[in-house]
Amino acid sequence: MLEAQNITVKYGERTAVAGASLKLSPGEMTALIGPNGAGKSTLLQTLNGRIQPTVGSVTLDGQLLETFDRRTIGRRISVVAQEAELRFPVTVLEFVLGGRFAWAASGAWGWETKRDVEIALEVLNETELTELSGRLMNELSGGERQRAVLARALTTEASYLLLDEPTANLDLSHQTMLLGLVRNRCDNCNASALVVTHDLNLAAQFADNVLLMKEGETIRTGAPQSVFTAELLQEVFGLRVLVDTHPVTGGPRVTPVHQTHRYH
Amino acid sequence: MNINSTRFDGIPAINGASRDRVTLRKTVISCIVLSCALLLTVVLMSLVGSERLPLRPALCALFSFGNAQCGLTTDQFDILFEIRLPRILLAAAVGGSLATAGAGYQALLRNPLAEPYLLGISNGAAVGTMMALVFFGANEWSRPLLAFAGALVATLAVYRLARGRAGATPERLILAGVIVTTFLSSVIVFVTTLMDATRIRSFTFWLLGDLSGSSKSLLPLAIAIAVSGTAVLTWNARSLNLLMLGERDAFDLGVEVSRVRITVFLVASLLVGSSVAASGSVGYVGLVVPHLARLSLGSDNRISIPAASLGGALFVIIADSAARTLIAPRELPVGALTALIGAPLFIYLLRRI
Repeated sequence: MLEAQNITVKYGERTAVAGASLKLSPGEMTALIGPNGAGKSTLLQTLNGRIQPTVGSVTLDGQLLETFDRRTIGRRISVVAQEAELRFPVTVLEFVLGGRFAWAASGAWGWETKRDVEIALEVLNETELTELSGRLMNELSGGERQRAVLARALTTEASYLLLDEPTANLDLSHQTMLLGLVRNRCDNCNASALVVTHDLNLAAQFADNVLLMKEGETIRTGAPQSVFTAELLQEVFGLRVLVDTHPVTGGPRVTPVHQTHRYH
Repeated sequence: MNINSTRFDGIPAINGASRDRVTLRKTVISCIVLSCALLLTVVLMSLVGSERLPLRPALCALFSFGNAQCGLTTDQFDILFEIRLPRILLAAAVGGSLATAGAGYQALLRNPLAEPYLLGISNGAAVGTMMALVFFGANEWSRPLLAFAGALVATLAVYRLARGRAGATPERLILAGVIVTTFLSSVIVFVTTLMDATRIRSFTFWLLGDLSGSSKSLLPLAIAIAVSGTAVLTWNARSLNLLMLGERDAFDLGVEVSRVRITVFLVASLLVGSSVAASGSVGYVGLVVPHLARLSLGSDNRISIPAASLGGALFVIIADSAARTLIAPRELPVGALTALIGAPLFIYLLRRI
């Protein structure tokens, strides 16, 4: 279990996260939502040790995260950041194989094993990138690159997936595909995922739990039904919203009501 | 050669012919081929020069490793073993060191334009060497030591200057390099004015990169540093592959980023320091050679770093042989020749931004 207890992160005077607690249990998918600047990304980054909390602690299976070395953390916790820097040409397959780094026998020198390649090819198939595997990363479209970044994260076979706005560049069908893949890892491989997203309806559709943040504070945690209420969302986002029941999934459906709405 | 015209992240992405995944087998074969080419070049170039040596006896003496004179006169034998061969081996060490350091800086700084000479790191090493000449003139070992210190200080200065609020962009890094280079150049000018007139000419040559005044006593050290530096950077090549795609991602995937960064800074500074102490600032080797290695073999550092090292040795041996034979018996500084080849390549890469 990956657990954050009472995390506070301060950048100088500014408090980015104030006393947040979070638990990622096997098989569960948690959505982290809130307006821009709510501290979502900061909280996500404390969970793999990239940012040290000013107060509070992060534990992996009950042991403090900082006591693990980076390679062990790399095998257990995988992060999908928004986009990779690509100043050197690498093929999609080479890029995705980067996810096997932490599994190499040595921390430095080493070559991918047959199994590493098999895992990478399987993930490429899952993310519908097989045909692009020999293409260079910088020849891909934004959405294809984003899928490759996810593929690399899945190739690590980590049991904790931390995704920072993974659907930002994706079209509708690939948004669903991506979160479906993550959901699938949770259901079938006992993985757990934390997804930072601005898409409340995708969060409602895929997540077991929702953590709602504003200005570093945790406003509410719980099942989507209990968090996605019109009053609460209106308070946090400062926008009138309509919450009703999704006709297919039965979960909550959020529709923003714009001030300058065009009525017909 | 096929340079992708897609604009991406402000930096030209060079698409090599090879898109196959790099394997250990491919790496070993490439390194064997390059090593054979290097050996052949060493033999060929030791036969070329202003003094003509008879072919057969010279080859015989070379392959006996200097144990048999094979009918060469004592003068010819001395030219071969006391002058030409040490100079060629030093050229190999300098080229290998600079190309490896360039490949290391490029991967670590995620910048295809990074190069020891352009970033002012060679100048840092040059200032160190001059300090050693001025203050510890008699002690030969003080030169590589202070050159290393100078290179390290310049590396850290460029690295700090290049990190803006938005992180280190490629353009900012080059600008930081320009600032460090010009600052250190003026330090060099100050120290030069303190020298007497006869030393200034040889010193100016040395600054441009010159192997003619090389001392034999530093040769074993230069070779040892070139070989071990290449080995250490190759050993870290898989981490560098991930670092090339972003420090944050590399950290997330399990790379000990700060350890690798310190290793590369130290090793690259050592490589630049030892080659500058031996031959001055030979420019653009660290730019031209790693680019050729990546173009032909792909950008996986596990192959491109050792290939750049061997290729750098080849490149500087050939450039230096040209420098000492083109207008024989007079000589050109080898740095002038490498810059003649490197500067147009740099402009070409820059135009793609």
